[in-house]
Amino acid sequence: MENIVSHHTDHHEEHEAHESIKIDGFWLFLVSDVLLFGALFATFIVLRTHYAEGPTSQDLFDVKEFTIETFVLLTSSFTSGLATLEMNKGHVKSLITWLIVTALLGATFVGFEIHEFSGMVSEGYKMSTSAFLSGFFTLVGTHGCHVSLGLIWMIGLIIQVARRGFTPVTERKLSIISLYWHFLDAVWIFIFTVVYLIGVM
Amino acid sequence: MKHIESRQASHGSTTSYIIGFVLSILLTILPLWLVVNHVLNRTALIVTIMIMAALQFLIQLLFFMHIRESEKPRYNVLAIILGIVFVITIVGGSAWIMTFNSQVQ
Repeated sequence: MENIVSHHTDHHEEHEAHESIKIDGFWLFLVSDVLLFGALFATFIVLRTHYAEGPTSQDLFDVKEFTIETFVLLTSSFTSGLATLEMNKGHVKSLITWLIVTALLGATFVGFEIHEFSGMVSEGYKMSTSAFLSGFFTLVGTHGCHVSLGLIWMIGLIIQVARRGFTPVTERKLSIISLYWHFLDAVWIFIFTVVYLIGVM
Repeated sequence: MKHIESRQASHGSTTSYIIGFVLSILLTILPLWLVVNHVLNRTALIVTIMIMAALQFLIQLLFFMHIRESEKPRYNVLAIILGIVFVITIVGGSAWIMTFNSQVQ
């Protein structure tokens, strides 16, 4: 055991260091995403009460629907954490199972959002209806795009891990997507609070 | 062996995920309950639910994203703190200046 480990150490550590720099790089991307969402939140807060002739936030938001959305996304963040734990234990199959659960919950979340948006648009409440709705669709829609992109990425990664198993590269990719997924849930906390809770207040 | 240990140390345990999940659920239900039942006046309510959102954000960073357990020079922590300072300035500044709206119009 000792021998095998030392034999691979040099090469392995170099590789690991390389992968860990990429994880640090991903943190920097997340910080830039924090700034993007910060700008969108600022815009939304400024335009929040500018309903023009359009509906108010009380008319539009359904407490039950956004609560379910919130819990679906929160649970998916938890299951993606469980997937990371399975990766640490080296269990490929249970990792893939938890990732599939996470992806299904993510798809449910996106489904709810599409349902909400299409319901609004079919009643004639579009992005161009009022400044409030412009801010709302941009902020919540940008988050929804992030989740949708994450879903496609996660499905690709599930396929890759199923084929290649755990390598330093796939492990790094798995760590990164779990960071991304937790981050999206963290952004949603503020959308839930600032947009929906204060909106129905 | 060392390799495996360092991996587990940097990604937390089942317990930390469960603690994070339970705290997040509480910090979601509590503000929801406060808002639906109109427990406090508007300003106090907004301040309270914003504090709870910030707390839940912190919990996710610590228990889910394991920000404390990253490697030695924690540039990611520095970067995220800087990002948060910017966001508070932009968002807080925008909200603040809009309170002068009635005076300007």
